[in-house]
Amino acid sequence: MRKVNQKGWLFVLPVVILVAFNALIPMMTVVNYSVQETFGDNVFFWHGLGWFEDILKSDRFQAALGRQAFFTFLILIIEVPLGVIIALSMPRKGFWVPVCLVTMALPMLIPWNVVGAMWNIFTLPDIGLLGYFLNHVLGVTYDMTQNPTAAWITIITMDVWHWTSLVVLLCYAGLVSIPDAYYQAAKIDGASNWAVFRYIQLPKMKQVLTIAVLLRFMDSFNVYTEPFVLTGGGPGNSTTLLSIDLVKIALGQFDLGPAAAMSLIYFAITLFASWLFYTLMTRHDVK
Amino acid sequence: MRKRSIIPILYIAFLMLPIYWLVAMSFKTTQEILGGFSLFPQTWTLASYRTIFTDPTWYWGYINSIAYVTINTVISVTVALPAAYAFSRYRFLGDKQLFFWLLTNRMAPAAVFALPFFQLYSAVGLFDTYWAVAMAHCLFNIPLAVWILEGFMGGVPKELDETAFVDGYSFPRFFLKIFLPTIKAGVGVAAFFCFMFSWVELLLAKTLTAVYAKPIAATMTKTASSAGYELGLLAAAGTLTIIPGAIVIWFVRNYIAKGFALGRV
Amino acid sequence: MAKITLDKLRHSYMANPSGPQDYALKELNLDWEDGGAYALLGPSGCGKSTLLNIISGLLVPSEGRILFNDRDVTTLPPDQRNIAQVFQFPVIYDTMSVFDNLAFPLRNRGIDEGRVKARVEEIAAMLDVTEMLKVRAANLSPDNKQKISMGRGLVREDVNVIMFDEPLTVIDPHLKWKLRSKLKELHHRVRATMIYVTHDQTEALTFADQVVVMQDGEVVQIGTPVDLFDRPQHTFVGHFIGSPGMNVLSCEVRDGGAFVAGHQVSLEGAVTVGAGRTEVGIRPEFVSLSATGLPATVRKVSDLGRHSVVEAMLGDTRVNAIVEGAVPGQGEAVHLTFRPDQTRLYCDGWIASEKGRAA
Repeated sequence: MRKVNQKGWLFVLPVVILVAFNALIPMMTVVNYSVQETFGDNVFFWHGLGWFEDILKSDRFQAALGRQAFFTFLILIIEVPLGVIIALSMPRKGFWVPVCLVTMALPMLIPWNVVGAMWNIFTLPDIGLLGYFLNHVLGVTYDMTQNPTAAWITIITMDVWHWTSLVVLLCYAGLVSIPDAYYQAAKIDGASNWAVFRYIQLPKMKQVLTIAVLLRFMDSFNVYTEPFVLTGGGPGNSTTLLSIDLVKIALGQFDLGPAAAMSLIYFAITLFASWLFYTLMTRHDVK
Repeated sequence: MRKRSIIPILYIAFLMLPIYWLVAMSFKTTQEILGGFSLFPQTWTLASYRTIFTDPTWYWGYINSIAYVTINTVISVTVALPAAYAFSRYRFLGDKQLFFWLLTNRMAPAAVFALPFFQLYSAVGLFDTYWAVAMAHCLFNIPLAVWILEGFMGGVPKELDETAFVDGYSFPRFFLKIFLPTIKAGVGVAAFFCFMFSWVELLLAKTLTAVYAKPIAATMTKTASSAGYELGLLAAAGTLTIIPGAIVIWFVRNYIAKGFALGRV
Repeated sequence: MAKITLDKLRHSYMANPSGPQDYALKELNLDWEDGGAYALLGPSGCGKSTLLNIISGLLVPSEGRILFNDRDVTTLPPDQRNIAQVFQFPVIYDTMSVFDNLAFPLRNRGIDEGRVKARVEEIAAMLDVTEMLKVRAANLSPDNKQKISMGRGLVREDVNVIMFDEPLTVIDPHLKWKLRSKLKELHHRVRATMIYVTHDQTEALTFADQVVVMQDGEVVQIGTPVDLFDRPQHTFVGHFIGSPGMNVLSCEVRDGGAFVAGHQVSLEGAVTVGAGRTEVGIRPEFVSLSATGLPATVRKVSDLGRHSVVEAMLGDTRVNAIVEGAVPGQGEAVHLTFRPDQTRLYCDGWIASEKGRAA
């Protein structure tokens, strides 16, 4: 057991100060805006919970939230199984391990707007590699600036390209920690590949999978830069996710009150959903 | 070769294709790019790179980015070390709640904070400096660093600390001479992740800078929108932003998997 | 149940072994009788785990054959050999109940649920785990986990051999003894061929009818525990078994006699010596202090309760003697005598004296 030592607070003080400075002050500002109305010139009026009511009832917010939730849902059901499959088929030792790890981690180290720009270039209908291939080799009409379905497929593919490796690396870390004896015992017990996965690999990956799902949920629910650079929310409003809409309202229209209220609702949803995921995925551990 | 190696090979090919296209694009002439489709550059040119390395608005972007990323990494790891030690060794009032609160800061959408951050850093007079971006990125990097380091420290037996104190080491000397070398892999992994997230983040970095501390990635967006589509230049700048990440990841390649696995949820 | 034959078996982890030093397992010919209890004893890295993995089929040997009941199984995978193995660390399926763990090998082989239930209950009773059947296996203590992994081996009625790879490593000392006797009891009940790998001589000697002692990838002696103690075929066996191990003193052989530090010692019988390093081997149990004999100085005395170990210096070589009753003090001059019928000669490590016929 760890020792009780209130001196611990001294050790964490710098962290608390720095994070609080960055988290609490802006958060207070946001809360402050969210309950006021302004007509410019820095004159504010008390507006109560009016903005929250307006936002929650507005079709625009509900549509953006719907798109955001759909995006996150697709991301999770594609990236998590895909990441698990790739991690399972990766080599466990030898020369190819660092090669795989480094090449797979590479997309995560590219600035987010470069990712957007890169995919933009990649998918240009006539001069991008993918765009040209689809339009002129396969003969499929593909232009994500015109067709909402194409735009959706593109932002999903881009996110899969960008973040599946996170799931892969986490699962891989879980897999390499399984001692060989487990696989040998399973072989001797006559277990099928599926049984090995179900009763050995999956239970051992559970902890890292929880982390993976949580991180992928939080990040995909908050995603902004990549889809914004790639599609700008279009065509029309078809890929305007909640975060994109929020920035539009806050920085584009400078509607501070609604933007602030929306931010708080957004944050609350993220927090609640993360907590829900975490509780659901770890509920068996208590027994 | 085993049959199932086909899966990682296909996946890596999928990852490399857009990167290849970006790099190939950066070596093409504008004429060639707009002229039509070509799989390989027909006439190799370094013109785009020459522009970047001779135009101060471009190359200062790199220097700015590297400057604030480095400052952020140093601050994050330095303050996270004692905090992670406290979380892994001591119990104190509210420790669990504090740990959880730190982690929730990773859940805050950056978009939520963009405007308040602008006002906050303008008010304290740090707007458009490296420090503004470096400090702002602490919001999500410090919790991450604490989390990773706590995981590594938890793997070091407490007997190490006790033996050192019995041997008469003072706390600072023990921490620097004995403890730090023991978890240097963890420090490397934490620094890597701080570097990574600071390097790739753009929304805050763009909001908090105007001229003097503007990151390279922001310079690029400007090119893409205002100066028309100079695709070759954009591709070259993009290619150059991949390099620092690739170098850093090569150094920590043996610890990446471990760095991911550690840490409590 | 099966008889196991190892025929000219050799194994190297290298692709192109160039000499004997490259082999993790040197040429081996061995017969293991059906239903016997065997132990593989040797220090870490002597090749015993390699041998075990070859028998279980996790490893295919570079050369030679393995036969189960005269049927060649050398290249068969583990699941087709009908073997069971218990590992150093308990391997259990965390998410399953104890019952499901025990039923797992049977269900994988498509045995009908009624037989599975009967068999699992029978084995659970044998292992005294009946009351735990519904518990999740992850919540068990290490010794119970290890019992469950043994159970998974015993549950199949068709197993040819059950192998134990240092199964007591993670078990608390006071439970080791209990688990070991349980194992012995199980062997008597199921009469399966069992092979027990260990580096602990007590475990090997108490469990096995026959002990195979290995060193550097080579079998140095096969015999009953009594054989190994009484007449070690190799100085390694003498040294490795016994506490303290056999005294091995370098000697000179001339005129048909052996001389240690210039004094003649009488041996058990006639010797056949070639050119090579010669040594005299005598167990501390058969060294006694007396009025005449080899002069030595006492260096250290350790009191072990029932008896004491006297460590004496005979010139530059150390000799241990087990003494009951009064012991000399440190630094005292003493005389040592070796019981002739227990004094053996070794040449290049291997025994070179014959039993009984006096020189």
